[in-house]
Amino acid sequence: MKAFTTLDGLVCPLDRANVDTDAIIPKQFLKSIKRSGFGPNLFDEWRYLDHGEPGMDNSQRPLNPDFVLNFPRYAGAQVLLARENFGCGSSREHAPWALEDQGFRVVIAPSFADIFFNNCYKNGLLPIVQPAEVVDQLFRECEAAEGYTLQVDLPTQTITTPSGKVFAFDITEHRKHCLLGGLDEIGLTLKHEAEIKAFESKHRAAQPWLFA
Amino acid sequence: MTAQTLYDKLWSSHVVHEEADGTVLLYIDRHLVHEVTSPQAFEGLKLANRPLWRVDSVVSTADHNTPTDHWDEGIKDPISRQQVETLDANIKAFGALAYFPFKDKGQGIVHVMGPEQGATLPGMTVVCGDSHTSTHGAFGALAHGIGTSEVEHVMATQTLVAKKSKNMLVRVDGKLPAGITGKDVALAIIGKIGTAGGTGYAIEFGGEAIRELSMEGRMSLCNMAIEAGARSGLVAVDQKTIDYVKGRPFAPKAEQWDAAVAYWNTLHSDDGAQFDEVVVLDAAAIQPQVTWGTSPEMVTDINGRVPDPAQESDPVKKGSMERALAYMGLQANTPINEIPVDIVFIGSCTNSRIEDLREAAAVAKGRSKAANVKQVLVVPGSGLVKAQAEAEGLDKVFVAAGFEWREPGCSMCLAMNADRLQPGERCASTSNRNFEGRQGQGGRTHLVSPAMAAAAAVAGHFVDIRAL
Repeated sequence: MKAFTTLDGLVCPLDRANVDTDAIIPKQFLKSIKRSGFGPNLFDEWRYLDHGEPGMDNSQRPLNPDFVLNFPRYAGAQVLLARENFGCGSSREHAPWALEDQGFRVVIAPSFADIFFNNCYKNGLLPIVQPAEVVDQLFRECEAAEGYTLQVDLPTQTITTPSGKVFAFDITEHRKHCLLGGLDEIGLTLKHEAEIKAFESKHRAAQPWLFA
Repeated sequence: MTAQTLYDKLWSSHVVHEEADGTVLLYIDRHLVHEVTSPQAFEGLKLANRPLWRVDSVVSTADHNTPTDHWDEGIKDPISRQQVETLDANIKAFGALAYFPFKDKGQGIVHVMGPEQGATLPGMTVVCGDSHTSTHGAFGALAHGIGTSEVEHVMATQTLVAKKSKNMLVRVDGKLPAGITGKDVALAIIGKIGTAGGTGYAIEFGGEAIRELSMEGRMSLCNMAIEAGARSGLVAVDQKTIDYVKGRPFAPKAEQWDAAVAYWNTLHSDDGAQFDEVVVLDAAAIQPQVTWGTSPEMVTDINGRVPDPAQESDPVKKGSMERALAYMGLQANTPINEIPVDIVFIGSCTNSRIEDLREAAAVAKGRSKAANVKQVLVVPGSGLVKAQAEAEGLDKVFVAAGFEWREPGCSMCLAMNADRLQPGERCASTSNRNFEGRQGQGGRTHLVSPAMAAAAAVAGHFVDIRAL
């Protein structure tokens, strides 16, 4: 996993509530057995005017000029600004894979769906929850000023706007530690191998039918 | 000892290790694996040269990509076929307690297969790379969907890195009126608390109406806990749970059965247990539900009307409603029972079990598909459900009504196989998500119960099943 420390990134505003993971990456792209290459199909049904299927040359497809990701001013954005309940629906990790592959490292929203939120951390993508009024303010500022960027600092857990306003955000110590180090979580867990084995024997003794 | 909720009990009995910030290693008893969210996880294991921690915790099937007709021709889409064959190869290389591959008689939708095999048991922790894993909570099991990195983590360590959710009780008091199903209860709850209402919570469903639901009804209800934002839904164990489990292939055998039942009977919230949130619904007030928009919370009842965005004061909600009505091709204030349908889909992990098919068949019997309805798909949840339905003659009822009787799989719920809506087609669907494009790009989904779907098929538009 890519480590995350700090970022000064261009912001792209996606002004819709309840953006679901079917919209983030439609199901036909889930047939891939790989972890990479989903970026060009991020928001596929909103982003292109034709119907997308795996294997198409996406550079030849007609872009939807009304979709925010296609606005030239947001090219290269690394911070996605979103509305409440972002990432609801399916558990597909292809959603954070697509966002990360497209170049996003941070998503800011008033709320996230639980599974998506959790999946982000496994992929070096930082989801940040901010109060709805802060998100409103960021939307206004971002839409008003071309080239609007935010500084995101994980060690100090802060977002800083171009005018110097600072907003703090929460993250668990465990997640922060893993993101800062870009750590392999399985490797970390296997340090507890003896504890897992001890739990397992106790569990087997109490409920042997679980180990048929 | 302080009174505990069912969720508290299931959680605390699986904690292996806890860190100072509350992050826990949670032991996982059952890992259900399907073809879409597992290939990258197996690949990760291979790259790191890690085995499965516990082969006998894995139960697997292929469901999302499999076709529902012409099985003799195999899987025609080469990318779908590669994904299913990748699962075959991975299970062969890594092992599993049981695998039900494409065309096996035990094959089916993972959330139908698990319970019917007795692979889902009360008191278990159950995970799967699929958000509708919440279904298994109907058995008093702690069950939720996980991402592919977590699939790999469970495969390698038998644990999940997790934080405890808060406790919510959704209590449905009183008796449900005739014809009202678990699906209607689920949609009514989502209509009340919203698609993010359960975010951060484990929801326990309780009250008289829930106790009276069959196991199938409880599975439909817990299945849709995720559509209310909750990763897990739960129903306390009672005699119905135990009767359902008894005798299934992976249920405890004779010498362990009594001990298992004794433990399972403790799997309910204690009197006086504290919930962080309690929501109460009156069962008698729940009518047949129909969604009108592109989120499951955009729902009303069969006697309602499409709402008017002009009446909504919240600008974000108003914008969502306007977008939804434009996508759905609906006018504000249209009576729900005047909306015509093109396609009907009866199936999915929400509603493809034998009871669902019986309810749909009861409506279809002696009636015919309306002329304006292009296609009615009936897709059983598994090979075993299909066999049972055929033994009861339900297939003949459907075919006589002009419905298509298909092979099992996820099918048009998410349209990863060939079963999909064309742009602009309107579908009465017993599935769980009415998102834009979910059943096919440009397709328009209305979520309903199996009986309501069958009724729409024969009437040509939504209709109150109680008036048929």
